[in-house]
Amino acid sequence: MNIWKYDDNIDTDMLFPGKYVYTCSIAEEIKPHLLEDLDPSFSKNVKKGDIIIAGKNFGCGSSREQPVIGLKAVGIKVVIAKSFARIFYRAAINQGLVLIECPDAVEYYSKGKNVEIDMDNGKITVGDKSFSFPRLPEQIIAIRNAGGLLEYTRDKLKNR
Amino acid sequence: MEMTFAEKILAKYSDSKEVTPSQIVTVKPDHILSHDNTAAIIQKIYPEIYKYGVYSKNLPIIVLDHIIPASSEKTANNHKVIREFVKKNEIINFFDIGNGICHQLVVEKGLALPGKLLLGSDSHTCSYGAIAAFSSGIDRTEAASLLLTGETWLKVPNSIRMKLNGKLNPGVYSKDLILHIIGDISSSGANYCSVEFHGNVENFSIDDRFTITNMGIEMGAKNAVFFCDSITKKYLENIGIKESSYIPIYADEGANYFKKYEYDLNDISPVVACPHTVDNVKPISDVSDVEIQQCLIGTCTNGRLSDLKIAADILKGKKINSNVRLLILPASKDIFEKALNSGIIGTLVKAGGVLLPPGCGPCLGAHQGALAPKERCLSTSNRNFKGRMGCKDAEIYLASPATVATSALYGKITDPREVI
Repeated sequence: MNIWKYDDNIDTDMLFPGKYVYTCSIAEEIKPHLLEDLDPSFSKNVKKGDIIIAGKNFGCGSSREQPVIGLKAVGIKVVIAKSFARIFYRAAINQGLVLIECPDAVEYYSKGKNVEIDMDNGKITVGDKSFSFPRLPEQIIAIRNAGGLLEYTRDKLKNR
Repeated sequence: MEMTFAEKILAKYSDSKEVTPSQIVTVKPDHILSHDNTAAIIQKIYPEIYKYGVYSKNLPIIVLDHIIPASSEKTANNHKVIREFVKKNEIINFFDIGNGICHQLVVEKGLALPGKLLLGSDSHTCSYGAIAAFSSGIDRTEAASLLLTGETWLKVPNSIRMKLNGKLNPGVYSKDLILHIIGDISSSGANYCSVEFHGNVENFSIDDRFTITNMGIEMGAKNAVFFCDSITKKYLENIGIKESSYIPIYADEGANYFKKYEYDLNDISPVVACPHTVDNVKPISDVSDVEIQQCLIGTCTNGRLSDLKIAADILKGKKINSNVRLLILPASKDIFEKALNSGIIGTLVKAGGVLLPPGCGPCLGAHQGALAPKERCLSTSNRNFKGRMGCKDAEIYLASPATVATSALYGKITDPREVI
């Protein structure tokens, strides 16, 4: 498992350049351009189960959802950040990409430290220290459990 | 219980007596905006949209503005798919290429009104707070779900109160104010929050307010709002909307604010947001003499008639520097026509400006006006992210239309107060 560490204000253009927004919308088209202008090694080397650790305001900027679809498709297990921009956060819920806001864990992390996530108990272990993060509201867990918003909506429509 | 604007409007739309920050509510928005991304949105729900239909023909607002006219077979086909969808589902609010930028049209066509709630699959949907509506950006998947069900959840945000005192000096504009604020509180300073503007707002026209609320997202805000006042009412009256057709919502005296800020408008000077974050804001004197190769005046942030007029007044009878390309991008067809008829377009073109069709143009680097490596663009748009105008090795600086027009004359970033 790799851990990809990035700074504050990783914006949506860094995650997925605007010039591809209207020509790439499915996962296979998105994957090669993920983080292209920030870290060209990412799309070549990212593996299923990898983790991203970032500073504050991760995903700020555009409402484009290619960054979320792409990160989910390459198998990013979780993005841990000091904070997230709200549209990105919502898009992640809708696609079932796991985000954890935990500034202390990000602060404590340094290269080489092992990172483990316990979703059920809301705990991140970084090296020798554990940090807790709050549980999501029930309505939002229901969307995640359905496998994403569209699945949730389809279930709702069927049961109408 | 006293409530903020966001609390009151979300209580109204969720049929609750009162709501508190962090509470999750279910709402039915008045409209859902989408643009060229509508093709990708409907693709997600192909079987369902034909089985169940669109929730309401009046719910969507669809505007083709991002890649117009189409740049390739692929983008042309996106437009075609959208036009077919609109026809088949008898969507009422559809605006084809050339009508303008979605956010401008929503306001100009009276689709956002005081006290209304709109969501849109574009981050700058927060603009409609200029007209005292609650509006916020969502992703494509959520827009798809909304087209089917007409409802979604929203978290009640904390609210920030920004009180404006005094008056802006000549040569200083609402763009300088909002950049100053973002520089002050940072690009995440209003994250998840509803931002309310209070105080001395009577000197801010709807155009000025639009520039400010448009950039709410650049400080992380969920929405940003100026309350309905005589300026709002007059604007709406001018576009044919009677006061009886909307019910404004105002924050209560004594509502609870997460943070409060005060700004003295007399203290604001022209500023520039430097690469590559919108909060990297510097006084113009720190960056004067930075050479530029492209200038952009327009977009949903600053492409209104008053913006183009400010630029034309500065450029009248002059020629821009020979090392500079000046791109002019009116925010709508209506603005374009008015600017054409009043001679503004003629002045700008004579000075050396290149006129682009009303739309998003170079702003997001997906179509016209892309930059080359090592080039610098001074723009009235809202984002200066690395790579935003199509090239990661180019730089984007953000400023007011007056600063951009003045700088176009000299080929370097120049304080507009030198010519005003």
